[in-house]
Amino acid sequence: MLTLAVKSLKNRKFTTALTIAAIALSVTLLLGVERIRKEAKASFTKTISGTDLIVGARTGPVQLLLYSVFRIGNATNNISWESYQEMSQNPNVKWTIPISLGDSHRGYRVMGTNADYFKHFLFAGGRRLEMAKGRIFDGVFDAVLGADVARALGYRLEDAIIIAHGAGQVSFVKHDDKPFTVVGILRKTGTPVDQTVHVRLEGIEAIHIDWQDGAPLPGQSISRQQVLNMDLTPKTITAFLVGLKSRIAVFGVQRFVNQYPQEPLLAILPGVALQELWHLVGVAEKALLAVSGFVVVVGLAGMLIALMTSLNERRREMAILRSVGARPYHVFALIVGESALLTVMGVAIGIGLLYALLVISQPLILAKFGIFIEISAISLYELWLIVIVCLAGIVIGLIPGYRIYRYSLADGMTIRI
Amino acid sequence: MPETFAATIAIELSEMCFAWRDGLEPVLKIAHLQINKGERVFIAGPSGGGKSTLLSLVAGVVVPQRGTIKVNGCRLNGLQGAARDRFRADNIGYIYQMFNLIPYLSVVENVTLPCRFSARRRERASARSSGYTNEALRLLNHLGMGEAPVIDKPVTELSVGQQQRVAAARALIGTPEILVADEPTSALDTNRREAFIELLFNECDRQDTTIVFVSHDTGLEPLFDRTIRLSDINTKWNKSC
Ligand SMILES: Nc1ncnc2c1ncn2[C@@H]1O[C@H](COP(=O)(O)OP(=O)(O)OP(=O)(O)O)[C@@H](O)[C@H]1O
Ligand SMILES: [Mg+2]
Repeated sequence: MLTLAVKSLKNRKFTTALTIAAIALSVTLLLGVERIRKEAKASFTKTISGTDLIVGARTGPVQLLLYSVFRIGNATNNISWESYQEMSQNPNVKWTIPISLGDSHRGYRVMGTNADYFKHFLFAGGRRLEMAKGRIFDGVFDAVLGADVARALGYRLEDAIIIAHGAGQVSFVKHDDKPFTVVGILRKTGTPVDQTVHVRLEGIEAIHIDWQDGAPLPGQSISRQQVLNMDLTPKTITAFLVGLKSRIAVFGVQRFVNQYPQEPLLAILPGVALQELWHLVGVAEKALLAVSGFVVVVGLAGMLIALMTSLNERRREMAILRSVGARPYHVFALIVGESALLTVMGVAIGIGLLYALLVISQPLILAKFGIFIEISAISLYELWLIVIVCLAGIVIGLIPGYRIYRYSLADGMTIRI
Repeated sequence: MPETFAATIAIELSEMCFAWRDGLEPVLKIAHLQINKGERVFIAGPSGGGKSTLLSLVAGVVVPQRGTIKVNGCRLNGLQGAARDRFRADNIGYIYQMFNLIPYLSVVENVTLPCRFSARRRERASARSSGYTNEALRLLNHLGMGEAPVIDKPVTELSVGQQQRVAAARALIGTPEILVADEPTSALDTNRREAFIELLFNECDRQDTTIVFVSHDTGLEPLFDRTIRLSDINTKWNKSC
């Protein structure tokens, strides 16, 4: 019966090809969306690694994660330099990376930190930041650009940049009396680091030294030269990342931070907070998956329409098959077999198409977004999706199958034209 | 009834009544009809008189509401649907008026179609010509359809007469006991009609096949052993079975 089904499909090449193409494309879309979802989640969790705790002023964990790692939103409060010093002295702490946010350059966030950032910050399961050009900052007015900042704004080494106060895209208050010099450009990471301008904490302190409450003090201007001779120890920072000597200590240190009596602080485990954040973002991803699921339904509906419209002209064929001894169930199996074949071929081609697309787009995505999309085998979840699509195809085939079964019983051997 | 006598009866209907659906007026009500083995019977009757219906009954595609149909000594209306299908595949070759062929199968595949559904006909065909494909070729040859250009053509490109000959070869493969033909010649011109019937008879003679032949064309009557006029045997006197 299967060979008959194959031949019958071949006979209707055009509709068969169209139906298979519709199913293939919908399956490619479904699996592609699933892949993107997975890769997005992976690259999402790749943004930070090797950090045991993130500490900031007390807010929600997701908010702290957003501004400290993703450079989204603002901190409501800062941490005093003294608290930071005390924490970094803690015997369990191996290293800390201070982070000071609040300024921007042409829409890109400026982050004040120190040389430990380049030493200890890890992402993507242990990758270290690397310089594409130049060196890390050394002087107070040195800046190290993320790859995207340099590329989008066309900066090269030795270019001067002016930092604006606040994080907005367009800021009217600029620290234009104290320009910075680009001394280094980072290699692409595929994380928010690419969109960050890195300067020293002292630099942040220097541009705000003649400011108070977010506005320049009137009549008090300290020049770029003068400031270098002043004490530039920061008074506050926004957050800091903590690496511990032993991960076992993580909950102890977290409790210590959260119960710190001098000021309200919050310590979060990046992994846990990332999960939490993903749950929020994941809703949109699930919606996308649902939409592509509906596209598959449309593809299968197309098959149903193609089979149903072919039924009337095929009643004759069924009468002939009956006359040579085919049972009604053979006739039924022929139609269901056809729909199964269509679906399986559509799914197979769809999978092939997906891998072809992955192979083609992998280098492009790596170059453009710095995301390395792994070309992995079909996952168990994807296998489930595939099996469900195949089963749906066969179930849909039951409708015309049953229809033709009824016809072949009612028509007897009469050929209806 | 002695065994030898029973063996000579190919088809026997008695007290049979059939309606297409329960509650519908019966189409056929036949008190008795007997066709012997090897007999060539011509069935005549007006359009809508139930000729095709009678053939459906003989082929066991539909079953009567009352009475019995025996084909080759086998009571068809006692069989389950699947058993009737197997019986038809094994014992009956069927030719339609036209559109006999499956468009997506080749000439030979069309002829060997019954061998897919009947092991018995497959074995008989294979035994006769060492392989049922060879038997198909042999039959096609006999019907003047064995030459290279015709046999390789898609069946949709054959003339109606050629299609009917392929259908005949299919009905005859694996030597079924009974050949049922529903107006197989009405799409042919007069010359081809006679030639077609001659070819059919030649083959059937070899195999001692019973022929039940339905046609409007009374000009063909003399070629047959007997004519049955449906109006003579069909007594639809009741509103129901
Ligand atoms: N599948 C069917 N379902 C219901 N009624 C049917 C069916 N096939 C035939 N009939 C009815 O049965 C009656 C006999 O039809 P049948 O096809 O046997 O006539 P026929 O003698 O073969 O006619 P023709 O010479 O035109 O082929 C007709 O009234 C027809 O409407
Ligand atoms: Mg008829």
